[in-house]
Amino acid sequence: MRDWATQKAARAARIAAGASFARGKVVQAADLAPFLEAVLRPGDRVCLEGDNQKQADLLADALAEVDPGVIHDLHMVQSGIVLPSHLDVFEKGIARRLDYSYSGPQAARIARMLYGGQIALGAVHTYLELFARYFIDLTPQVALIAAVSADRDGNLYTGPNTEDTPTVVEATSFKDGLVVAQVGEIVDRVPRVDIPGDRVHFVVEAGRPFHVEPLFTRDPGSITETQILTAMLAIKGLYAPYGIRRLNHGIGFNTAAIELLLPTYGEKLGLRGQVCTHWALNPHPTLIPAIEAGWVEQIHCFGSEVGMDDYIAARPDIYFTGADGSLRSNRAFCQTAGLYACDLFIGSTLQVDLSGHSSTVTTNRIAGFGGAPNMGSDPRGRRHPSEPWLKAGAEADPDTPAPLRRGRKLVVQIGETFGDGNVPLFVERLDALALAEKLDLPLAPVMVYGDDVTHIVTEEGIANLLLCRDPDEREQAIRGVAGYTEIGRRRDAGMVARLRERGVIRRPEDLGIDPLDADRSLLAARSIKDLALASGGLYRPPSRFRNW
Amino acid sequence: MERLSYTLSAPIPAGGTKPRAIVGVVASGNLEVLLERALAPDLCTVEIATAAHGFAEIWAAVVADFVARRAAGGLRIAINDGGARPDTVALRLAQGARLIAGDAA
Repeated sequence: MRDWATQKAARAARIAAGASFARGKVVQAADLAPFLEAVLRPGDRVCLEGDNQKQADLLADALAEVDPGVIHDLHMVQSGIVLPSHLDVFEKGIARRLDYSYSGPQAARIARMLYGGQIALGAVHTYLELFARYFIDLTPQVALIAAVSADRDGNLYTGPNTEDTPTVVEATSFKDGLVVAQVGEIVDRVPRVDIPGDRVHFVVEAGRPFHVEPLFTRDPGSITETQILTAMLAIKGLYAPYGIRRLNHGIGFNTAAIELLLPTYGEKLGLRGQVCTHWALNPHPTLIPAIEAGWVEQIHCFGSEVGMDDYIAARPDIYFTGADGSLRSNRAFCQTAGLYACDLFIGSTLQVDLSGHSSTVTTNRIAGFGGAPNMGSDPRGRRHPSEPWLKAGAEADPDTPAPLRRGRKLVVQIGETFGDGNVPLFVERLDALALAEKLDLPLAPVMVYGDDVTHIVTEEGIANLLLCRDPDEREQAIRGVAGYTEIGRRRDAGMVARLRERGVIRRPEDLGIDPLDADRSLLAARSIKDLALASGGLYRPPSRFRNW
Repeated sequence: MERLSYTLSAPIPAGGTKPRAIVGVVASGNLEVLLERALAPDLCTVEIATAAHGFAEIWAAVVADFVARRAAGGLRIAINDGGARPDTVALRLAQGARLIAGDAA
């Protein structure tokens, strides 16, 4: 007769093997490598928790120290390849296969290792997509996660940076996988229970907090006049006419400029309360002045941000907070919120081609996706109407009767026509295509597909791709805002002029914006120190951002 | 250091009476623009000294657009470039034309 509980038995065996290194559920940090050798099996699917923010860094280092003669061919299924140890396990032969989402800080090394064949790549996912696969065909056998504190029963407090943890634990623990948590400290009673202890099998005390990357802190001191101009165009040319209340911002300087212009330029336009009231957004320090000026009603967060915890705790009307008073973030829920409940995504990219496809991949750097392709896509399952969504849908498809017409999410790419080192934003052919050929991938790593992009904003103006009726118009609309790049200089001037007459392209002067008004004095905060002051001293910037 | 020089006929004479104006700074990614009222009102010259080689075609396009759209007639313009992006160049030139016209707003 078939045994229907082999996975339960396998987990019981792992727990028994691990128990010899533990007192109750508690494992000593010094024993981590041999402990992991005892509970892991070659070929296991392992989720080593870490995304673009929090990292299970102690467990990552320990995993890189196990003997590859004992533990090898692991299949890593994790959000982020961020720490050096995340790639060391592949170099040492401990891990072989990889399915992941984001690799920002390791973009260059992961590219070299993929080219060198040291990593067998499954796919690069969006966060939500990888989480989905945790429940279907990439369920972890072992999850190595991070929390702020634990009690002796394994109840976990994940604090403001809860992020991926509930999703990873749900998929692993309820499918008979093993969950091991590193915690900053073991306490008698956790401030709130983010993960119930019966889902957690072992706990190790790190004696220090897990590592968090301050990825969402943008120094207003680095914002340029051109970025301010693009922000003015977005506010006056998109947020105002569409009435964008529910939105998500990327992490670039252009969107930071938008956040800092709301209390100044936005206020002058009379937009407070009309736009930018509800957000799916990390706790961006650059949004503090707008929050303090009464622009924002509420914000749901993917994760937290270094230095923002006290400010968030003091603004519970704005943020989601727990019984302990601190932020509750949740990446899976916030990604879902950004996909289905926001009317606009706006973000920057490194390359845009003539169809509007965009990518952050260059031939030497594979930064992965994170959440942008999910935020930056039109959800085909959406059914609730909103003004911006209906208006965008009508622009794209004026002929279908309104009751049968899909709305459209606004997906906006914003940037300067030339990036760092005078590298053009607009290209004939994405580097992502060369990468796909070199690695023999069936799909090029495209961040946002052209058919999802509705607008492109540069210092030269706004291209509204919803109003383009054929690929030629689309190409010329893109060339028409591509500035002095080669793509821009090779425009059909007559066709661009006609597109401008139809409002497909709108220049700053068409919107009543003088580029000479794009001045840093418009920023509601001009430095990190200004942000700390605007928060009433509640925002405590990380030391690398302090220059006073 | 690459040196570029352009002489263009200028449809819009520079406003105001100031003899000279200077905007920007010589720094990485930035540029300094010196404008002098020194030529016939339908003429504009632009002399560029730049550390970044191979961008002559872009400079020609930026300068031509500036002279066509802004009040640049009569100006002799000298640029010290620290590898600024074209959008920054266009902005500094426009700021310079505004400054020499005396509209310091």
